[in-house]
Amino acid sequence: MSLLKEPDYGTPAREGEATVEVTIDGVAVTVPPGTSVMRAAKQAGLDIPKLCATDSLEAFGSCRLCVVEIDGARGTPASCTTPVAPGMVVRTQTEKLGKLRRGVMELYISDHPLDCLTCSANGDCELQDMAGVTGLREVRYGSGVDAGANHMDLLKDTSNPYFDFDASKCIACSRCVRACDEVQGTIALTISGRGFDSKVAAGAGVPFMESDCVSCGACVQACPTATLQEKSVVELGMPTRSVITTCAYCGVGCSFKAELRGDELVRMVPYKDGGANEGHSCVKGRFAFGYASHPDRVMKPMLRESIADEWREVSWEEAIGFTARRLREIQAEHGAGSIGAITSSRTTNEEVYAVQKLVRAVFGNNNVDTCARVCHSPTGYGLKQTFGTSAGTQDFKSVEKADVILLIGANPTDAHPVFASRMKRRLRQGAKLVVIDPRRIDLVRTPHIEAAHHLALQPGTNVAVLNALAHVIVTEGLVDRAFTEERCEEVAGWETFIARPEHSPEAVAEITGVAAEDMRAAARLYAGAGNGAIYYGLGVTEHSQGSTTVMAMANLAMATGNIGRDGVGVNPLRGQNNVQGSCDMGSFPHELPGYRHVGDDDVRDIYEQLWGTPILSEPGLRIPNMFDSAIDGSFRALFVQGEDIAQSDPNTQHVHAALAALDLVVVQDLFVNETAKSRTSCCRARRSWRRTARSPTPSAGSTGSAR
Amino acid sequence: MVAERLTAAGADVVRTGSRGMLWLEPLVEVETPAGRVGYGPVAPEDVDGLVAAGMLAAPERPTRRAETSDSPEGGRVVHPGPASPAIRHGESGVYLGLVEDLPWMRRQQRVTFARVGVVDPLSADDYVTHGGLTGLRAALRTSPTAVVEAVVESGLRGRGGAGFPTGIKWRTVLGAEADVKFVCCNADEGDSGTFADRMLIEGDPFTLIEGMTIAAHAVGATEGYVYLRSEYPDAVETLTAAIGVARERGWLGERILDSDLTFDLHVRVGAGAYICGEETSMLESLEGKRGQVRAKPPIPALEGLFGRPTVVNNVLSLASVPAILADGAASYAALGVGRSRGTSVFQLGGNVARGGIVETAFGITLGELVEDLGGGTASGRPARAVQVGGPLGAYLPVEKFDLSMDYEAFTEAGAMLGHGGIVVFDDTVDMAAMARFAFSFCAEESCGKCTPCRVGAVRGVETIDRIRTGQDREKNLVLLEDLCELMTDGSLCAMGGLTPMPVRSAVQHFGEDFTR
Ligand SMILES: Cc1cc2nc3c(=O)[nH]c(=O)nc-3n(C[C@H](O)[C@H](O)[C@H](O)COP(=O)(O)O)c2cc1C
Ligand code: SF4
Ligand code: SF4
Ligand code: SF4
Ligand code: SF4
Ligand code: FES
Repeated sequence: MSLLKEPDYGTPAREGEATVEVTIDGVAVTVPPGTSVMRAAKQAGLDIPKLCATDSLEAFGSCRLCVVEIDGARGTPASCTTPVAPGMVVRTQTEKLGKLRRGVMELYISDHPLDCLTCSANGDCELQDMAGVTGLREVRYGSGVDAGANHMDLLKDTSNPYFDFDASKCIACSRCVRACDEVQGTIALTISGRGFDSKVAAGAGVPFMESDCVSCGACVQACPTATLQEKSVVELGMPTRSVITTCAYCGVGCSFKAELRGDELVRMVPYKDGGANEGHSCVKGRFAFGYASHPDRVMKPMLRESIADEWREVSWEEAIGFTARRLREIQAEHGAGSIGAITSSRTTNEEVYAVQKLVRAVFGNNNVDTCARVCHSPTGYGLKQTFGTSAGTQDFKSVEKADVILLIGANPTDAHPVFASRMKRRLRQGAKLVVIDPRRIDLVRTPHIEAAHHLALQPGTNVAVLNALAHVIVTEGLVDRAFTEERCEEVAGWETFIARPEHSPEAVAEITGVAAEDMRAAARLYAGAGNGAIYYGLGVTEHSQGSTTVMAMANLAMATGNIGRDGVGVNPLRGQNNVQGSCDMGSFPHELPGYRHVGDDDVRDIYEQLWGTPILSEPGLRIPNMFDSAIDGSFRALFVQGEDIAQSDPNTQHVHAALAALDLVVVQDLFVNETAKSRTSCCRARRSWRRTARSPTPSAGSTGSAR
Repeated sequence: MVAERLTAAGADVVRTGSRGMLWLEPLVEVETPAGRVGYGPVAPEDVDGLVAAGMLAAPERPTRRAETSDSPEGGRVVHPGPASPAIRHGESGVYLGLVEDLPWMRRQQRVTFARVGVVDPLSADDYVTHGGLTGLRAALRTSPTAVVEAVVESGLRGRGGAGFPTGIKWRTVLGAEADVKFVCCNADEGDSGTFADRMLIEGDPFTLIEGMTIAAHAVGATEGYVYLRSEYPDAVETLTAAIGVARERGWLGERILDSDLTFDLHVRVGAGAYICGEETSMLESLEGKRGQVRAKPPIPALEGLFGRPTVVNNVLSLASVPAILADGAASYAALGVGRSRGTSVFQLGGNVARGGIVETAFGITLGELVEDLGGGTASGRPARAVQVGGPLGAYLPVEKFDLSMDYEAFTEAGAMLGHGGIVVFDDTVDMAAMARFAFSFCAEESCGKCTPCRVGAVRGVETIDRIRTGQDREKNLVLLEDLCELMTDGSLCAMGGLTPMPVRSAVQHFGEDFTR
């Protein structure tokens, strides 16, 4: 177990087939066109010294450490900004290059404090590494106390709660500025001044906290020195080992390296290999990890017999024994169907699978449901009806190829920050945006981004607006015939229906509150896009017409042929990071893993064989049914995994009444949450930094109490 | 003042651009059947005496059309008759005879500057009368490719400093596929001791407009920008006015001269930084960003302004194009030596007796320019050093006065022609101080992007200071040379890359100044 460092190729990967062969230091390597010499070299296993380049950012060419010699080319070009050309012959290590690189390092160090041993980045500093690999042995211009003009007395900006900015150590490589622009899209940083006075400035030279900075940490991540450094590292020192995990805050599900020293969490570093975030993060996942060692964390199983009692820490044996005994007693008294469980979309596939198996194989009923019931079950239903699978159609990367984005009932900059950054990057490259939302969300207008249309509809009119868009597409001849003929069913019927005058923008303008012309223009834009992509959130699904709206979106995508490749599709922005997985794992009362109906004999047969026990063919209770049945007395015990139903489910009074009516509530969570407080019983979960699984949160838990 | 008095005396006064004979300004030229007769420098109080002596007397033709521009550039009083004998005999001391016959003018071959100082800068009619639009008309009669090839054949190379063949650059832009292409004129003219861009724009702005329009036709551009330095308010005004006139005349806009060409032109005033003259930095500035250098590739010809294929050329490069198209590539290529074809516009300045514009074919020697045309130093002391090519150019000693003024000869001598600025120093100059100045100029003007220049320039100043005060002189001279090598080979752009040129040339030719 050691600190994990992903390789840095220096410049971003280029798409396309590897067709360009070059020879670098005698090694032949073939890469896609547009790849930098630096990246090609890394692919060939050759590290070229660099400071201003990192593979999350486009090449900049400022440090001049990466110079190489290329046959037939003049001078010593920078390998980060030089693309490969067929047959190129490159040398990365020659006497001349060595001298140039040492010369560059000599200049850097002539304006850098010589306090490596006490520096917070000691051991994790690219400047230090480069001094090493270039063989810098003296600084003839003077350094440290003998230095000439320098920046060593610049003050530290400690205003940000999560990281410090120590300007005295800045090498003016602009990686932070570029990360804030290119990766995060907040554009909070600039270089102020010119020449030797070039300095990183937040906003117009204000402290970080007063700038537009949203503390995403991208700049800290990009900084090669100690200049931008996590406060936790300054205080605790360098971590020594990494555990790959998933952020549990939002539906993006970013991958992180939890970096620890022993069992102490020092920092959370976004993981480059994570498909959702590709090395980016937001403030929540990156810095809001105080819960991991919060004093309120429940570290041992706890139990109370009644709500009036104090919590009692108990052994696992007692907790599990108590819970099992009570559940069986309740079943004996009130029937097999009197107990059930709720799975969490913040847990791993394995954990969800275990809970639904517990319900079906041990409880002997199908009373299992998931928190996705409240957020994205309309997605599941709507997409299954239209596409045949209840899954979003794309990965997050797909947005990089979208040309027109329809954003419906979602506010990604707040709720899905890392995805928002990826989308903003695409929008800054020129993709067009249509926002369909009653609110004027940030993306309607933010630096360098302006929505082409904002259809500020009246709440409750999602279907009307989407049908009006479809109406325009059908009646103006914008349907992708080739696509619908080859791949869609019942097209004619749908077209006749949607073409009816009552679906026209003019007809629905009044009830939707959106000008007909805007709807027409938005429809034309989407239909005319090379790649049109729909992204939607809870503004669509947490609605009585959620499923219908999902189907309306799917129809739009099919009618315009915007399905089945990168850059298009119908994309739910989920409430939690593992909604898809928890649904896949059989969390619904009517479906076994893989969305297979419990009423299907063949399907049940498979699991009965596997689990060695009969499975009920009747679908179980959904969450609202569980609450209703609790109140009418037929449902008596609930196992809740990683969800705080007392807080997050609609109609709180009803939920509280249901909880109060239950004989036993078992909560598996990191904290004594509102559900546990309002009624309970038991609980405990551990966030284990030893585990490497799909998703992080609770790993063990439980026990309960009687009234 | 001079103009007012002449008008009062009944002359028809027209303000022209400068002839480039700075020591004779304000210059008054009187148009006569024999040609333009010059008087200069003319002080306002001279005017009455000159008129009384028959300056405006025109026996043959009573109409008096006098053209002038008083200071600082001079101008012309154009006058219909020969000067009176009284003046001819120099009573006022300012009679010059026929301007064309002045030795200064006779030594020149004015191609790019043919109309400068001759025409009324904002008179479209004057422009056409003096051969304007011939080049554009010729260009519009042929294909873009033919125009590009003519420019290639002419041998024209960039006059902004780097000397890159203009036609080759255009060929790249022509071959690039894009929704829009641009033509950008670099009129940032930041080199100390240079003023040719300004004189051309103030004296003959239509030539630049015509050149850019030809470029637009050649590469398929629809929009153009002239990036003019903020220190040139008069040039901004003249060019803006000229663009207005050109639009009115149908020389800009849609269907130019009834062809299919659509092209419009805008003036943008620079940010006042030397580095904004570097082409990629200029493009950033034109896009409204901080003037910071971009790494190349991509080259501007493929991804320039707003990422579109863009011609970036100096004022003089673009202003030479109309003549090439009008008179044929061959006639332009007939001038010059080796791979330096055509004429170059040299600007004599510094400690020189006669400063100004000298346009001549490549191949004249440095000595001829400084001694014959410039008349040696203004101070009268022996010349010691000449800096050619702006603040990043080499310092050459008088021993190099036989150097031919062409790109190759200069490269071989470790020097460069740059934008044609020639600054003369007499024997009181301290060359170690000049070397120090090169670094401090670089430190002042560096964009700060790349390390060799951002930090190196400051260290260069410090190192020279140590050498001059005798601290570890030998070691520091070695360090200085290492720094020069690093900046030359390692810098991202020519700002840092060429700063060592004046430094190294000073050490090489005037080493004694570093050990005093
Ligand atoms: C520091 C620096 C300053 C420059 N300043 C100017 C300038 O003021 N005017 C100019 O035309 N070119 C200037 N150049 C050269 C331009 O980068 C570019 O080569 C030129 O505009 C191209 O036009 P040309 O091919 O017609 O010469 C400068 C270059 C550098 C490195
Ligand atoms: S933390 Fe994020 S938003 Fe703040 S300055 Fe850094 S990159 Fe920009
Ligand atoms: S703060 Fe870090 S990333 Fe930003 S310029 Fe300075 S050294 Fe580079
Ligand atoms: S975007 Fe979501 S998943 Fe990613 S770090 Fe932020 S809260 Fe966590
Ligand atoms: S050489 Fe100087 S001016 Fe040119 S990019 Fe580097 S820092 Fe900027
Ligand atoms: S890594 Fe290429 S110039 Fe910095």
